[in-house]
Amino acid sequence: MTTDMSQRPPFDVEAVRGDFPILNRPLESGRHRKGKPPAFLDSGASAQKPQCVIDREREVEEQFFANAYRGVYYFGARVDEELEATRSGIAKFIGAESTDEIIFTSGTTMSLNLVARAWGGKFLEPGDEVLITEMEHHANIVPWQMACAERGATLRWLPLTEDRRLDMSRLDEFLTPKTKMLAVTSMSNVLGTINAISELARRAHDVGSLICVDAAQSVPHRMTDASGQHNEVEPVDFLAFSGHKLYGPTGVGVLYGRRDLLCEMNPFLGGGHMISQVYRDHSTWADPPAKFEAGTLPIVQAIALGAAVEYVSGLGLDRIHAHESQLLGYAHEQLATISGLTIYGPDLEHKGAICSFTIDGAAAEDLANLLDIRGVFVRHGHHCAMPLHEVLGVQASVRASFGVYNSCSDIDRLVDGLQFALERLIVAEK
Amino acid sequence: MTIEDLIEEFDDLGDWADQCEVLIDMGRDLSNMSDNLKTEDTKVHGCQSNVWMVAEVKSEPLRIELTADSDAMLVRGLLSVVLMVYSNRSPQEILETDVRDIFSRLGLDRHLSPARKNGLSGMVTRVRAIAAEAVGLQS
Repeated sequence: MTTDMSQRPPFDVEAVRGDFPILNRPLESGRHRKGKPPAFLDSGASAQKPQCVIDREREVEEQFFANAYRGVYYFGARVDEELEATRSGIAKFIGAESTDEIIFTSGTTMSLNLVARAWGGKFLEPGDEVLITEMEHHANIVPWQMACAERGATLRWLPLTEDRRLDMSRLDEFLTPKTKMLAVTSMSNVLGTINAISELARRAHDVGSLICVDAAQSVPHRMTDASGQHNEVEPVDFLAFSGHKLYGPTGVGVLYGRRDLLCEMNPFLGGGHMISQVYRDHSTWADPPAKFEAGTLPIVQAIALGAAVEYVSGLGLDRIHAHESQLLGYAHEQLATISGLTIYGPDLEHKGAICSFTIDGAAAEDLANLLDIRGVFVRHGHHCAMPLHEVLGVQASVRASFGVYNSCSDIDRLVDGLQFALERLIVAEK
Repeated sequence: MTIEDLIEEFDDLGDWADQCEVLIDMGRDLSNMSDNLKTEDTKVHGCQSNVWMVAEVKSEPLRIELTADSDAMLVRGLLSVVLMVYSNRSPQEILETDVRDIFSRLGLDRHLSPARKNGLSGMVTRVRAIAAEAVGLQS
C-alpha cells in the first residue's frame, strides 16, 4: 500500500488547483474590489470539488440515472454496478475488510446518530458509560447525550492537556470496565489535534469497550486503516466520515461498521430496501449494508464520491500529508508575526491542517467579515464545538483550514488580510 | 448625522469595503452597554456574535430609548443604524418605520448573511412589540 515518495513526481499545487474550477474564477460578487479568485481556507467545513467529481455527477444524471437496487433494466443495473464499485473503492480507501461494512449515509452526523441509536439503543444499559472527549464536534456529543439519556447510561468526558491533546495520563480514570463505547474524533475540527486512534482502540478493547471514530476531519488528510490490516494497527469498530470534506458531493457520507456488530445491532431507519420480509405484524431485516440503507440513497452523490476517492488516491495521501504539513508549518510561522494572535492546539507534530486562532481586541466575526472583503474565506464562531470553546475560555475563534489546493500564497493573503482587518479594527482606535 | 445623510454617504461610497469602514467607525462610537445589562434576557438570539438590546419606555414625551451592544465592531455599526432609526422615537414613529427598508436603501441587505438578517429581524420584532404595547397603554 505504501508508495515510495521518491518514485513519484513532487506535489504540484498549481496543477492541483487547476483541477478545481471554482478556485480559478475571479470573484464577481460586488463585495470584492479586485477580481481575484478566492483564497479558500474553509475546507474543514466543506471542500471544493475537482472537475472529475463535477463531471461524474453530470455523467450519471445525463447518461444512466435510475433508482438503485430496484430495476433490472440497463440504467438500474448500471447504477447498481457503479454504486458497488464506489463501495468497494471506499472499503479499500479506508482499509475495511469487506464492502458489506460500508454503509452510505447522508454524512458524518447521520453516521454517528446511526451508531448511537442503532447500537446504543440496543446495547447500552443503565449504569453503562459512554466516554467522549472535550474536543468533540457536536455531532459526536449530542447523539451520545441522547442515547445515554434514553438508556440510563452515563456520558463521561476525557479532559485535554494544556497543549490541547487528549490527556492520555488520565485515560484509565475514565476508560473502565463500565465503559461500553469510546466515541472520539481522529482529528479535532478546531484544534487540528491528531489523536492516537490505534492506542485508544487498544485501550478501549482492553476494558471491553468498543470504539467509534469521528473521522470527518482526518480522512481527507491522512491514511485511514479501519480494520488495521494495512499498518498492523488496532482495528476500530465504527468509523464515520463525510463525502463533502473529501472533495466529493454533499449529502453523502459513510459509516464503516464491523460486520458482526452491524448484524447484531438494531436497524436505524425503517423503510424500503432495508427489509428481508414485511408481514402485517412485524418485519425482518436485510443483511448489512442494506439493513441501514432505508429509502432511496443519494445515488448520484455516492457515485461521484467514488470519483473523489479515486482523485485523492491518485494524488496520494502520503504526498497530500507532506504538502499540508509544509503549509501548516508556514501558516504557524507567518501567523506568529501578528501581535496578539493566539493559535489553539498542539505543536505541528501533533496536528493536521487546521489553524484556529483569536486576536486580542478583535472579534472573530469582524475578522472573518474583513477577510472576506479581501477574498479570504475563513470560518468564525464556535465551529460546532461549544464545550471545547468553553475549555479554551473563548466564545469564538477564527479557523483557517487547508486542503490539497492551498498554497503558501493563500496563507500570505490570510496574513495580509488580517493586517488589513487589524488596521481597521484596532490601529484606528489609537 | 441623519439616516438620510448615511444613505447618501453609502451611495457615494458604493464599495462594500469603504462602507464597512464607516460601519466600524460608527460601531466604535456607539456607547458601551454596562455589563450588568448584558443578561440572557437582553440577549438577541439568532445572532452569530453576542448581541444585547435593552428598550426602555420613557414619558413626556412618550418615547422608546434603546441601548444595544455586541462583541463585534461591525455588528455594533449595524446596531447604531438601528438605534439611529428607532431610539428616542415615539411608539407611533417606530410602528410606521421598518428599519429593514432602510437597510435595503443602504444596500446592506446584499451584504448581510441570512443569520445576521434573522438576528436583525428578531430585534425589530421586539422593538415593535414594545412600541405596540406602549401605544396600547397610552390609549
